[in-house]
Amino acid sequence: MDPKRAKQSPDSAEAIRLSPFPDEALDRILALLDSHKDRSSASLVSKAWYHAERWSRSCVFIGNCYSVSPEILVHRFPNIRRVILKGKPRFSDFNLVPQNWGADIHSWLLVFADHYPFLEELRLKRMTVSDQSLEFLALKFHNFKSLSLLSCDGFSTDGLAAIATHCRNLTELDIQENGIDDISGKWLNCFPDNFTSLEVLNFASLTSEVNFDSLERLVARCNSLKILKVNQSITLDQLQRLLVRAPRLMELGSGSFLQDLTPQQYTDLETAFRGCRNLQTLSGLSEASSLYLPALYPACANLTFLNLSYAALQSEELAKLLAHCPLLRRLWVLDTVEDKGLEAVGQNCSLLEELRVFPEHPFDQEIDHGVTESGFLAVSYGCRKLSYVLYFCGQMTNAAVATIVQNCPDFTHFRLCIMNPGQPDYLTNEPMDEAFGAVVKNCPKLQRLAVSGLLTDLTFEYIGTYAKNLETLSVAFAGSSDWGMQCVLEGCPKLRKLEIRDCPFGNKALLSGLEKYESMRSLWMSACKVTMNGCKLLAREMPRLNVEVMEDEESNEGQAYKVYVYRSVAGPRRDAPPFVLTL
Amino acid sequence: MSPPLLGVECGTRDVAKVTGSSSLKESPDGLSLGLKERNYLGLSDCSTVDSSMVSGQSDPEAQVNKLNTKATELRLGLPGSQSPERGLDEKLLFPLLPSKDGIKSVVSGNKRGFSDAIDNFSDEKWMFHRPDEGKQSLGQGKFPTSAVINVMIASRPSGPQQPVKEVPPKPLLERSNGINLSGGENNAPAAKAQVIGWPPVRSFRKNTLAAASKDNDEVDGKPGPGPLFVKVSMDGAPYLRKVDLRNYCKYYELSVALEKMFSGFTLGQYGANGTGGREMMSESKVKDALRGSDYVLTYEDKDGDWMLVGDVPWEMFIDTCKKLKIMKSSDAIGLAPRAMEKSKARN
Repeated sequence: MDPKRAKQSPDSAEAIRLSPFPDEALDRILALLDSHKDRSSASLVSKAWYHAERWSRSCVFIGNCYSVSPEILVHRFPNIRRVILKGKPRFSDFNLVPQNWGADIHSWLLVFADHYPFLEELRLKRMTVSDQSLEFLALKFHNFKSLSLLSCDGFSTDGLAAIATHCRNLTELDIQENGIDDISGKWLNCFPDNFTSLEVLNFASLTSEVNFDSLERLVARCNSLKILKVNQSITLDQLQRLLVRAPRLMELGSGSFLQDLTPQQYTDLETAFRGCRNLQTLSGLSEASSLYLPALYPACANLTFLNLSYAALQSEELAKLLAHCPLLRRLWVLDTVEDKGLEAVGQNCSLLEELRVFPEHPFDQEIDHGVTESGFLAVSYGCRKLSYVLYFCGQMTNAAVATIVQNCPDFTHFRLCIMNPGQPDYLTNEPMDEAFGAVVKNCPKLQRLAVSGLLTDLTFEYIGTYAKNLETLSVAFAGSSDWGMQCVLEGCPKLRKLEIRDCPFGNKALLSGLEKYESMRSLWMSACKVTMNGCKLLAREMPRLNVEVMEDEESNEGQAYKVYVYRSVAGPRRDAPPFVLTL
Repeated sequence: MSPPLLGVECGTRDVAKVTGSSSLKESPDGLSLGLKERNYLGLSDCSTVDSSMVSGQSDPEAQVNKLNTKATELRLGLPGSQSPERGLDEKLLFPLLPSKDGIKSVVSGNKRGFSDAIDNFSDEKWMFHRPDEGKQSLGQGKFPTSAVINVMIASRPSGPQQPVKEVPPKPLLERSNGINLSGGENNAPAAKAQVIGWPPVRSFRKNTLAAASKDNDEVDGKPGPGPLFVKVSMDGAPYLRKVDLRNYCKYYELSVALEKMFSGFTLGQYGANGTGGREMMSESKVKDALRGSDYVLTYEDKDGDWMLVGDVPWEMFIDTCKKLKIMKSSDAIGLAPRAMEKSKARN
């Protein structure tokens, strides 16, 4: 058969049987595919392609660990080396999910030990990981190279010690913002003296002091070290010594930037920074003061990502620093920089694509502190390429947002958090409907949206009408009736994740999405008007969904206080704790 | 439910109210008109509805009654909260608006909010709705303004029904986070009730920044002891909340915070069983809810006794308080006289 015709009718039976395409070629070609989406598409072409794809795949991404079981996974993909797993619903980051909910990695590791003995990489987000699991991982997988834990819980620094001790080929240890039991910094001493393979070391979020000599020696002998993010126990002069050992660093997270340096020490520090020509990412800088920040300037020429979200900088300090960062694409700051600092962002960072402004005091609403709509406006005038924003503020107006999205129509991620729930436009006292209406109308590429402020169903009408590329939507304290949620479920074809809290959406809204949920990863609804009966109905109608209700002492009879709905090929969870009811 | 019916409702409600609550109140002038809603949380105060909406009532009298009853109304006012109209150290309606508007407009405002809420139940709106003038179909046009949480607090000018898109007095919502209320007692803005998980900041970040700025933190001046969470329940509300008593230094702050937290619930109780507003809208159900719409804040102490909040000094209170409950005044009858005696004794 003509190869061309084979390509044109790839899913015909003839094409499969008569294809001149040798399997080996197909395997080699498919092996080059990286993107998960591309691979999924390829696997749907034909049986041959399905099998070629599954044998050639080495990396798998599972966005919801309960959507599939480890057994099903290993059966389909026999040759996996890298696994990315996400566990708990995102609202667990904000304490909305009780302890012991699940998402334990151990059952996965047991199966991997049998089927993926050559496993190299594990990247976990919002999973429960015990020290026992970490030790198991370290001992059973001799080829293990790369461990990344973000927002996980259940382990301690002892688990890290097991990793350091036994993983001879470790290249990456990336520990970020976990609920870790930080017992001591001794784990760092566990890397053997002949261990030299480390390329990534991130322990910035740990608090216990580490032995500096151990660290210095480790950095000195790991010549391939590209990413080093230390914790606050490391002082400035210690940092200088590390930089001297690792001038080829691409990403640096400093320790505390507060210390009394002698002039010589300061000069040495500056020289060390000057030697870091490859630095693209800079973070840490806790307790940074204007006194020593200038030492950094020489290292900033190639910076593309500056993470100041733990450095309470003032506006002038930020402005001076930014003047040295012409290539900046991503910037994370605290709202201590205020609107004035954001004006400096607008003036200096014309290439900026991502801005995140975190609140220093999320719970004390001090009127005169933090950022407002003017800061955001200023950034939008100067940074026309802005596509990702996360903005915590005390006040906002519809007009400002409308202007912002006119300036920056390329938004893919728009996450606005007006910190007082249900707060209207502070100038007109109207709901913020028009603001988000403007966002969805002007930003056709929008994938992720988080709304806040006083919002009626109109916001959701806008979203359903215009946000055709929306994949993730987060809603809190918003909406007027079931209609709002219905608009979104009916209007957003690409919706994958919907998380809702404290909104007046009830059973009618929930059930309007019956056919939708199977095309989504998950739905979270808490403190809404949904009842047990509504959830039971959903569960009955849609057997391929897991409908889980979390019992809570705070809920009344018949009310479903926390509802988590997700598609799964693995059936109901077998490890659900008593407070999770699977309907 | 159409407005005329609403008027009837209110009227009936008032009568019912008077009956129900007369035992709680001793008004010197023998208030026969019974327009004395006791607005413990500033949540629902019907008498203004009457004054503003029901033409059958005589307005001036209603106003007078309101004023007169203030002096003797049992309200959820806690020691330390101001009572500009009485000069007595008595419990007072939450002045949740800037003093500029005064107590009256607060009362009106709250009532307005509630009446419109009733009005809107036929539209199946839920607790966080805002007064929606007329029967605007959902999602069309702009809603009149008021903050969600502050819906009960939002000042609504008393008077006839508002046209769409009215703008409440500006001072209320200017940087509305800091509710600097009458008396200017606080230099720091009232600490907000911590709704769990809001704002959505990861615990790790929260804890790290909190630790870092401990020295600068001036909110409570209590860096040492950990949080003191107590459950707050409200009759008829679908679910509990928790508050950290350490966030507050005085009763006033607590009452402000609770009001914000529960402002929607008086209305929300209709929909609590989730069958939607419409089914619940039988007259009797509405009347029931309305009759019971007065609330008092009570707490359960270490001995398991339920007491009215506000009788003891703050420090003692947080030591002994195990649970908070916003009770219907009709349920709290047994508690009231004690409080009354105490406050009388204080005079």
